Amino acid sequence: MDAIILQILNGLDKGSAYALIALGLTLIFGTLGVVNFAHGALFMIGAFVAVTMQKLLGLSFEQIDESKTDFLGNPLKVEVPYVESWFGPDVGAALIDWSVPLAILFAIPVMLVIGFVMERGLIKHFYKRPHADQILVTFGLAIVLQELVKHFYGANPIQTPAPDAFIGSFDFGAMIGFDPNVIIYPYWRLVYFLFAALVIGAVFAFLQFTTFGMVVRAGMADRETVGLLGINIDRRFTIMFGIAAAVAGIAGVMYAPILSPNYHMGMDFLVLSFVVVVVGGMGSLPGAVAAGFLLGILQSFASMNEVKSLIPGIDQVIIYLVAIIILLTRPRGLMGRAGVMED
Amino acid sequence: MSKTNITRRGLMKTGAATGAGLALPTIFTSGAAAFTNEPTGSTVTLGFNVPQTGPYADEGIDELRAQQLAVEHLNGEGDGGMLNTFSSKVLDGTGILGKKVEYVTGDTQTKSDAARASAKSMIEKDGVVMINGGSSSGVAVAVQGLCQEAGIIFMAGLTHSNDTTGKDRKANGFRHFFNAYMSGAALAPVLKNAYGTDRRAYHLTADYTWGWTQQESIQASTEAIGWETVNNVMTPVGAGDFSSYIAPVLNSGADVLVLNHYGGDMINSLTQAVQFGLRDKQVNGKQFEIVVPLYSELMANGAGENIKGVYGSMNWNWQLQDEGTKAFVKSFGEKYGRPPSNSAQTCYAQTILYADAVTRAGSFEPCAVAAALEGFEFDGLGNGPTLYRAEDHQCFKDVLVMKGAENPTTEYDTLEIVEITPVDQVTYAPDHAMFGGAEASLGACNNGA
Amino acid sequence: MKFLGLSRKDTRFLIIVILLTLATPILLQPFPEGSGLATFNAGYPDLMQRFAIFGIFAIGFNILFGLTGYLSFGHAAFLGVGSYTVVWMYKLLDYNVIWGLPLAVIFSGLFALLIGYVSLRRSGIYFSILTLAFAQMSYNLAYSVLTPITNGETGLQVYGNDAQVLLGANEPTSPHFFGIVMRENFWEPTFGGWSFTFNNGYYFTAVIAIIVFYISLRIFRSPFGLMLRAIKTNQTRLNYTGINARPYTLAAFVISGMYAGLAGGLMAAMDPLAGAERMQWTASGEVVLMTILGGAGTLMGPILGAGFIKYFENIFSKINDQVLHGWFAFLPDGLEDFLIGVSHFFVGKSWHLTLGLLFMLVVIFLPGGLVEGGQRIAGLFRKKKTTGGGGDPEHHPKETPHVAE
Repeated sequence: MDAIILQILNGLDKGSAYALIALGLTLIFGTLGVVNFAHGALFMIGAFVAVTMQKLLGLSFEQIDESKTDFLGNPLKVEVPYVESWFGPDVGAALIDWSVPLAILFAIPVMLVIGFVMERGLIKHFYKRPHADQILVTFGLAIVLQELVKHFYGANPIQTPAPDAFIGSFDFGAMIGFDPNVIIYPYWRLVYFLFAALVIGAVFAFLQFTTFGMVVRAGMADRETVGLLGINIDRRFTIMFGIAAAVAGIAGVMYAPILSPNYHMGMDFLVLSFVVVVVGGMGSLPGAVAAGFLLGILQSFASMNEVKSLIPGIDQVIIYLVAIIILLTRPRGLMGRAGVMED
Repeated sequence: MSKTNITRRGLMKTGAATGAGLALPTIFTSGAAAFTNEPTGSTVTLGFNVPQTGPYADEGIDELRAQQLAVEHLNGEGDGGMLNTFSSKVLDGTGILGKKVEYVTGDTQTKSDAARASAKSMIEKDGVVMINGGSSSGVAVAVQGLCQEAGIIFMAGLTHSNDTTGKDRKANGFRHFFNAYMSGAALAPVLKNAYGTDRRAYHLTADYTWGWTQQESIQASTEAIGWETVNNVMTPVGAGDFSSYIAPVLNSGADVLVLNHYGGDMINSLTQAVQFGLRDKQVNGKQFEIVVPLYSELMANGAGENIKGVYGSMNWNWQLQDEGTKAFVKSFGEKYGRPPSNSAQTCYAQTILYADAVTRAGSFEPCAVAAALEGFEFDGLGNGPTLYRAEDHQCFKDVLVMKGAENPTTEYDTLEIVEITPVDQVTYAPDHAMFGGAEASLGACNNGA
Repeated sequence: MKFLGLSRKDTRFLIIVILLTLATPILLQPFPEGSGLATFNAGYPDLMQRFAIFGIFAIGFNILFGLTGYLSFGHAAFLGVGSYTVVWMYKLLDYNVIWGLPLAVIFSGLFALLIGYVSLRRSGIYFSILTLAFAQMSYNLAYSVLTPITNGETGLQVYGNDAQVLLGANEPTSPHFFGIVMRENFWEPTFGGWSFTFNNGYYFTAVIAIIVFYISLRIFRSPFGLMLRAIKTNQTRLNYTGINARPYTLAAFVISGMYAGLAGGLMAAMDPLAGAERMQWTASGEVVLMTILGGAGTLMGPILGAGFIKYFENIFSKINDQVLHGWFAFLPDGLEDFLIGVSHFFVGKSWHLTLGLLFMLVVIFLPGGLVEGGQRIAGLFRKKKTTGGGGDPEHHPKETPHVAE
């Protein structure tokens, strides 16, 4: 029992990452009809906004400390961050400590702009082109983006810690009556889960309760008719693309403390996020979210020793296995709409 | 049976006949070069095959820096680095056997296929006589096999799996880097002193050959000091999120977590284990501890604060105080503004060792070079007195036990040397069961063409 | 002039392809040895073999994707099966590729039948994800759990203690075809500064490539090919006419799986090692990119695309500082350093970036892929020479741009 609760918790967390990425992807892929292979790159760029924030706040000037020497035997240059010298060591250190949450504030405008530029400059011209061309151009873009990041940040993962206040874990098991140390859960993962829930809720509310969202939903269902009504659906789709990029980006920012960002993390998530979206069903936002959580939880269960000893290697294939089973039993995934990307 | 593997350079020298037909595939066997890519002009070309894209790209770039430095030193440029401290004095800065050293580079992508493609292009197109570098055991074994077939020398870079000089050992392949068995043998006594003999270990192991051999080695050596192994769980390579593997650890009764991961996997699993608060816990009345058997500077950098106080092992570290290390760090640091990594040191040493063996043999012929390397004892390349064992082409030298530094002053001293385990303690028999047993054999050396 | 059931135009086309293929060792070696541009020569055996092998892979993929529009993201699985089969035959029998290659085609065909039968129950993106899922499962298992069969990360290879029951005393100990050893060269002429390598393995793959290219040409021109095109154009309408499309698509899927298995088998025939990463989604994605880049649905396109990608992977990744200094040495120091700095973005460790940019440029400016570029160049010539000649649009039927919609 305790093991199962533990894995549900882990699964919720994995699932919230999958759901967040899939949510952005399905906005572009399932609704605008663009196969966006650069979506993983957007997630990666989000994570690197957090890295950049950390580096900017940590920008330092050098003070020479005569008492110590560096590896070549010269006097050691000690790096003192500017923020610490401007705001005093305490406030400065706190700013650096909170660089990941602070990065959210910057990630949203940055990602919106990237999304707009991408849509206006490139994707717009590909709405009418075959999916194959969309794949080629967005895959090319993804490579270019990740190589640029590699050029400036290197290939090694970069540690981007959460604020000290969220380091460590709390004993969830003890709270609900289990023995201590049986079910522990890191604070930051709880933060991530709540954050994901918040973002998902906000996106749904936005689409459900605003006029803008209504028009976009109508446009997804029948773009031509909405266009005939004299509504400029293109401009709204541009904004939706920006929002999708922003969702992917902030998902990346918040994930940075869990998974140290590296330049190819976008490609690692790309395939998985497509699987999640398709299992959820094309054109369905709730489907994408549900599939994200479902696959996350199932993957956690498959990682349990008891399951692994029963079926070796199951944790490596579970996502694909579930995808196959779902797609064979439900032709359009969990909640897919008919006619979207089916021919 | 005849093996002709003539490449262009070899043939240009002989100026062999033209006009042979399809039916005469082996007509050039006789009268062609004496061995694959025999250098005939005033230069000799070495192949540096390192990962330049993919997760280990930064490690590959550091290897490349060291290799370029070695070439400079061989050609008499720069300050000579470890040539000045090397116990063998035959290298005089005039290249190798009077031929100026040139090099070509390639990208292994840390994939066996791509690494072999890159190595083949070096052999077939550029006419290299030796290939050096790499950052994973799968690649090392694959390229080593290729060099054996083609008849050139392979000087392995970073490869830690027992298999490279174990069941996959080859007569044309040589490994300077240490291996998983040595990590275990070096770590166990230190762990015993630090954590006692009554410990229960939980292993998380990357699910591929390197992970398995390391896990096997660490389990054997920790059980020899009285530890119990609670569980060994395989994790998919590149899993990213290890939470579902880490979460059950605390409840398993284990009080030590051994992470048999490398590179990004290790950075993520360690970071997440610390996030789960494992290191703040008390289990069985003892402080919970984490061990990372194989360290690298880049991993230490990537893991940041989380490695403080975590034990691991290394082949070499720039903080050593012997003359060879000092000379190398000075020359590398002045050129590139950073201390070399342990994979860089291995690649530098391998290049120098190859050049030295050629010079002592008086020939680039692979079998002669191999004979010169076999049983070769040397010093002054940073690892103390070292033996290139003839039976399996593995270097035997001291192994470093490292610990994450509590108060690093720069990004380069995040690890500190805890102990230099003497070579005797990490030596094993060539037919050790973990190394392919009695069946493992180098085979015959191959000169190629 | 009718030849092997081909029309006159097709015969001429096939002959051009044959001549180009046979002359590859000369065509890819345009720069003299020792010159600064020799880096760009690609006429060495390994790369030429790769061109032919990935050409076969892409030709096969095109039969499925180019004709029916079904986009498989799992074809690398068949490549892997082909490779493993051939290496296993080395281990069990001997190094003669005659045992392994037919079996590679058969096994990959059976595997494709299985995966295709299941996956083709869905269409569009659902089909793509099903094939992707099967291939990724194969890859993950081959990399870890199935190590006893696949030798995992290290890759399957032949060991001294393998059975090799047919191995004769004088038999070569590397892959060969009845004594013709694949990695040997049968002719290495030098003319002035130029030198050329004529390699057994390359010509072996080249002959096979020409045969399978001919088969694909016949498929494109056959009623079966027409049916496949009909599936792509409008499957619903086809269904209304009472024709069940699935047997046709399944046949196309299996054929293209067999092509992939043959390519995988040939990879192991050139180099006796089979690595698990051959089955990874990136490998499946690569053949998709090759086909689209070259021009999906055209006969030559996929081959051009395959050559293009493999060329960049193998040539651009090898350009290092030493080579760059060699090129720019005549320039003043400041300019030299600047140019080398700029080059760092595109060559050596950054070769991926160049590839990504070219993907974008090609798809933006040449919607029909590289073949369209070729047609445009040919078109320019045609305007000058009123007599015509050169490319024939009928052989590169320009597809309606609806490939997978």
